[in-house]
Amino acid sequence: MALLSKKDRGLILDPLADNNPITIQVLGICSALAITAQLKASIVMGISVMFVLGVGNVVISLMRNIIPSKIRIIVQLVVVAALVIIVDQVLKAFAYELSKTLSVFVGLIITNCIIMGRFEAFALGNGPWRSFLDGIGNAAGYALILVIVGFFRELLGSGTLLGFKVLGDPIAKTGLYAIGYENNGFMLLSPMALIVVGIIIWVQRSRNKALIEEN
Amino acid sequence: MEHVELFFKSIFIDNMVFATFLGMCSYLAVSKKVSTAVGLGAAVIFVLAVTVPMNWLLDQYVLRPGALTWLGAEYADYDLSFLSFILFIATIATMVQLVEIVVEKFAPALYTSLGIFLPLIAVNCAILGGSLFMQSRDIATLGLAFNYGLASGIGWFLAILAIAAIREKIRYSNVPAPLRGLGITFIITGLMAIGFMSFGGMLTGGEEKTEKTDEAAQIETITQDKDAEEPLAEVSQELNNK
Repeated sequence: MALLSKKDRGLILDPLADNNPITIQVLGICSALAITAQLKASIVMGISVMFVLGVGNVVISLMRNIIPSKIRIIVQLVVVAALVIIVDQVLKAFAYELSKTLSVFVGLIITNCIIMGRFEAFALGNGPWRSFLDGIGNAAGYALILVIVGFFRELLGSGTLLGFKVLGDPIAKTGLYAIGYENNGFMLLSPMALIVVGIIIWVQRSRNKALIEEN
Repeated sequence: MEHVELFFKSIFIDNMVFATFLGMCSYLAVSKKVSTAVGLGAAVIFVLAVTVPMNWLLDQYVLRPGALTWLGAEYADYDLSFLSFILFIATIATMVQLVEIVVEKFAPALYTSLGIFLPLIAVNCAILGGSLFMQSRDIATLGLAFNYGLASGIGWFLAILAIAAIREKIRYSNVPAPLRGLGITFIITGLMAIGFMSFGGMLTGGEEKTEKTDEAAQIETITQDKDAEEPLAEVSQELNNK
């Protein structure tokens, strides 16, 4: 990491923990919850957001002095929408099944508040290189939560990880299933995503008391 | 009937917040007080009811494969559906801007209550989500599209109203310190979503009719039994009285 100064490293590493976009900044919740029933979908979503946010932050940062502030939201939306169309077309071409699973949520990256939030808060006031780092860092923080939630939901819900039967075969009764373990199908339903994220927030805030809110 | 079914389905079963998690960001950020929640909810209903039919027209006459046939037979092969994201979001952003201007001009009172929320709405995923679901679920007519937008908005409104009311009361409870604020809101929303799942059986169509008649028959037999018992009870009461 000799390339990066200490400040730049902070841009990438802070969003992974103490300034996480989902658990602290409360940005980008919608897609985080809806698509995390499988680990694979979570990873793909994380990578897509990383691409859109990294490139988008650079583009907005390059244009920041020529965008009139009154119409900046529309300009930002157009930039994001163009990037998301690229992601959507790539997914449709190379991972069609997955793009079916993600359904409208790829399109909803456009209105993912994490993107608009970082554009507004960072890219409009900083240079392209630092904006790029900020975009990658925040998207990584977002992807981290997605992967954690996806990991637990897929493991407890269907007993698999990335499609591999890590806990044994539920029908042939091997592995854990041999001693009477059952999958908790409830984990696959969407409300459990909220509760898993709630528990992540709980764990994070009990480890770092400074993050606790007033009420 | 189709309209009524879609209406209730969009409000309860496919509730924007609890079933698809759309608009969660503003749902979490603006739900600290009931009065602001009502303002934002009303604005969402309004914008959804306007933009979903607009985008339905766009989808029908510009975007879907073969939609451009009205321009002439040579356009019949065009498929512009890859442009739907950018056109939908442009429509939404301009509609929001337009609505803001119109409301400011003709209903200043409404503007003061909704005004600050309108720009927020352009980036609320519930709005774009409404249009994208409208597209992916193949809503058939303009009337149904309007119905869908309106009902989804009402569902979102109910959800934010409920969580705001709960959050106003929860400050009197002793929540574990690390869960305060965001954490407990997530868990409450999760529990509410589980509650809303029970609406899932509300509209299952014709299959349930047979079950219902069975139930009705059972109820009838039970009441008959009761009728049969009643004379006995009367007799025993008379005996007691004597």
